[in-house]
Amino acid sequence: MWDKGSSYPPAVYSSPTHYSPIPTGTHPRTNTPTLHVLTLVPADHSSRHQNMDLSHHGYRATKQRARPAPPTGDPVLFEDTSSAALGPSSQGYYASGYNMEGPPNDTQGGPGMNNLFADPMASAAMMYGSSLANRGQEIVNKEIGRFMSVNKLKYFFAVDTRYVLKKLMILMFPYTHQDWDVRYHRDTPLTPRQDVNAPDLYIPTMAFITYILLAGMALGIQKRFSPEVLGLCASTALVWVIIEVLIMLLSLYLLTVHSDLSTFDLIAYSGYKYVGIIFTMTCGLLFGSDGYFVALAWSSFAIMFFIVRSLKMKILTSVSSDSMGMGSSAKPQIRIYITVATAIFQPIIIYWLTSHLVR
Amino acid sequence: MALTLYSLIQSVILCTNAIAVLHEERFLCKLGWAADQGVGGFGDDLGIKAQIHNLVRSVRTVMRVPLILVNSACIVLLLLFG
Repeated sequence: MWDKGSSYPPAVYSSPTHYSPIPTGTHPRTNTPTLHVLTLVPADHSSRHQNMDLSHHGYRATKQRARPAPPTGDPVLFEDTSSAALGPSSQGYYASGYNMEGPPNDTQGGPGMNNLFADPMASAAMMYGSSLANRGQEIVNKEIGRFMSVNKLKYFFAVDTRYVLKKLMILMFPYTHQDWDVRYHRDTPLTPRQDVNAPDLYIPTMAFITYILLAGMALGIQKRFSPEVLGLCASTALVWVIIEVLIMLLSLYLLTVHSDLSTFDLIAYSGYKYVGIIFTMTCGLLFGSDGYFVALAWSSFAIMFFIVRSLKMKILTSVSSDSMGMGSSAKPQIRIYITVATAIFQPIIIYWLTSHLVR
Repeated sequence: MALTLYSLIQSVILCTNAIAVLHEERFLCKLGWAADQGVGGFGDDLGIKAQIHNLVRSVRTVMRVPLILVNSACIVLLLLFG
């Protein structure tokens, strides 16, 4: 499986001369040896090992710069996945023909068409408008950056389809997932695109919104719907999330548990239960009261298992920063209590938020 | 139970007010939490009592002025809009 770290697929990491059908010179512009092997693999099979360079060459074969190694986690975050979207279409080029000039022409053909404005006023106006937009964007980023770190937030939304599907599978059936460690790359955690154990905020946000829509639908089926009730349901759920995050933060602080769980991490873990809530509500709407309770039991156990396994890695094995030889800063029992209390809190909230909707 | 954001804000303001109005001489000293007494150890491994002491002391120090403003705003709004 993916998580074993064994070579899968084995062809990817072998030397190029073994697999490439083309005489591999160097790329004409960048002088990096082009690894044509990697372009035959879909672009989102990113490297499981710490071999960022290989995956970057795989992505950047269509770009003109050579990128030796990512200096921090930022290029890993901010790499332009629109080129990955171009990638699959241009992989047809690579696979079929030996046309190295084709995809670069493709990437330059797009912006080239924008220069064909006949009217100089229109193009001047467009440039002025785009510079205004850039300035506005900078101002907004600066203001938001005072309250929370936008980079940290972007980390949580760096997901792709494969990650989302795997994570949803794990959330609903976590019993067969083997490896719960969050992987690091030079002391920064890997983005969710590369590590399926990393928390993200995309799934909780989407699940939250879906829950609100489903609640509206359930209320409509029971003929109790009105727009105010929808807003009430939404704010109730949001308040429960805030309460849970505040209680977790408070307990982690008071019991001097030094973990690297940030506020966003806690929001993420607290939002994962909305996937279970959606599943429970769907079964309740489709199959009535029996289906509701069966699905409630299933998702309760699944989310409890998931939370315990995920937080165990983060809370129970965290090391306090000042190692004065006094042992762990909080007794292990306290940490176990926190983890178990968090886990037990989840099904209570699932029941609380859904029972009035599925009679 | 219809929890709204408004009720959450109300409860947060009430709790912060409660922490802010604790009397130092009559109450906190009885618990051994005098305001000007330094904390004994310098590690962060002092147990839950010291952590609560830190929290209460910092809330009282930081939130005094904002609480005055927020309470005034609440009084005005409640007078106007009931």
